Amino acid sequence: MNESLSDTREQIIQGLRQIVPASAQVSGTTHIMRDLNLDSLAVMDFMLTLEDRFDIVISLEKVAEVETLDDLVSVVDQLRARKLKS
Amino acid sequence: MSILNKFAPLRQTYDQLRAVGQNPFEMVFEQMFSPTEGLHNGRRTILLGTNNYLGLTFDQDCIDASVEVLKAQGTGTTGSRIANGSYGGHRQLETDLAKYFNRKHCMVFSTGYQANLGMLSTLAGKGDYLLLDSDSHASIYDGARLGHAEVVRFRHNDPDDLAKRLKRLSGEPGAKLVVVEGIYSMLGDAAPLKEIAAVKREMGAWLMVDEAHSLGVLGDNGRGLSESAGVEADVDFVIGTFSKSLGSVGGFCVSDLEGFDVLRVGCRPYMFTASLPPSVMTSTITALRRLQESPELRTKLHANGNRLYNGLKDLGFKLGPQPNPIVSVSLEDPMLAVTFWNRLLEGGVYLNLALPPATPTNAPLLRSSVSAAHTFEQIDRVVQLFETVGRQLGVLPALPPMRRAKPATGSGVFPANAELDRAIAVGAR
Ligand SMILES: Cc1ncc(COP(=O)(O)O)c(C=O)c1O
Repeated sequence: MNESLSDTREQIIQGLRQIVPASAQVSGTTHIMRDLNLDSLAVMDFMLTLEDRFDIVISLEKVAEVETLDDLVSVVDQLRARKLKS
Repeated sequence: MSILNKFAPLRQTYDQLRAVGQNPFEMVFEQMFSPTEGLHNGRRTILLGTNNYLGLTFDQDCIDASVEVLKAQGTGTTGSRIANGSYGGHRQLETDLAKYFNRKHCMVFSTGYQANLGMLSTLAGKGDYLLLDSDSHASIYDGARLGHAEVVRFRHNDPDDLAKRLKRLSGEPGAKLVVVEGIYSMLGDAAPLKEIAAVKREMGAWLMVDEAHSLGVLGDNGRGLSESAGVEADVDFVIGTFSKSLGSVGGFCVSDLEGFDVLRVGCRPYMFTASLPPSVMTSTITALRRLQESPELRTKLHANGNRLYNGLKDLGFKLGPQPNPIVSVSLEDPMLAVTFWNRLLEGGVYLNLALPPATPTNAPLLRSSVSAAHTFEQIDRVVQLFETVGRQLGVLPALPPMRRAKPATGSGVFPANAELDRAIAVGAR
């Protein structure tokens, strides 16, 4: 399973790079809204693009759990794993 | 450490607004003269942000009927319909609304906000899915949060995006309820309801349409976008409010769903709040009758909406995608929008200021909603003032002095605004 999921982090960072300035530092503990200066609208739109990229459904309750990049990677990993099982 | 510390950033924004001039979120009107004019700071002001689409707040029939019931039945019900019982007016209004919409059932709520809160949180339960347009009104998001369903957003007014998300959920057993609005309150754009209804049919989902801004506005009989798009049969639940075209306060849901009435004892925002006062019921019943017998109000409303939309568009302002009674001017920068809004107010026009992130496109909006009660003179006056302020603030290019827009004069409801005129004169030099 892990092999197919190993690119989650990379793909999320790639997506983030398209909406934050090139100079922005992105690491696992980066707080997505505060550190990357994204407002709630931008984060919600980013979630829509992640849903499409991974062909998953990220419900608003899941979005609410996310603060850092690590949180986001773990939520997306879980959802991808669930999809592979079904 | 105050319990309010978390509001520090909001407080800062709020204080900044105050520093520019009037705070748009604490406007007080000393007097209301009509659906389209009020007194602000001692000055007669055109009201252009009221959602009073048909101008029924001062309708003589509504007032007379309401006063009579106020005297006969008192000021309030002092409790919920579950605990204190219903008044005749509650039942009457529900019957009238159901009949008007050609539906079997209707539930009246104390506000439109509560109608969404109640219906969304109760209809969709644990294991079910709510699919919300991403530009949904706060009451829709809040209703979704109050319940236990999983909440999924789809891209605004995008039926293909909705279909894609429903497909992803096709293996899940829960019910799927799609929620859209007739006319979106910020930009005045209507939902592509025919296409959304087709997706709903194909995917076996339920469909709810909040006609808050389209009731009395769209459709040959004023029943909203569902009627004008010809898809009423596909819409399982219609939500609406009395606080806009019907000129009072309250909300409702109509439906043909078998067993709908069980919600009266299962829907907390219906059960645990006081019911509407009898006089409000009566004015709403009367307004619903007026809405049906006066289609000319709708014609006038659209004529006004078109006149404002086209007037501003011709000047070069950036507007929403289609003319409707909601006309929003999109500006580049929040502080510019605040200044613009203040100048309009100084010139005698009040409308809504919407600032990001509460706006759909992340641009600040000067949002108007026209009424059937506006005169063309008022609309023209507004367009003229928009031009004046727009040129003054550099939103529109300055005109050479000869072709300069005629400045505000003392005619009509507007006293001359000498300061504004001086500023324009200086700017034109
Ligand atoms: C789309 C929409 N739904 C519901 C509401 C709430 O209506 P009410 O003012 O009756 O609470 C509004 C109005 O603000 C609205 O714009």
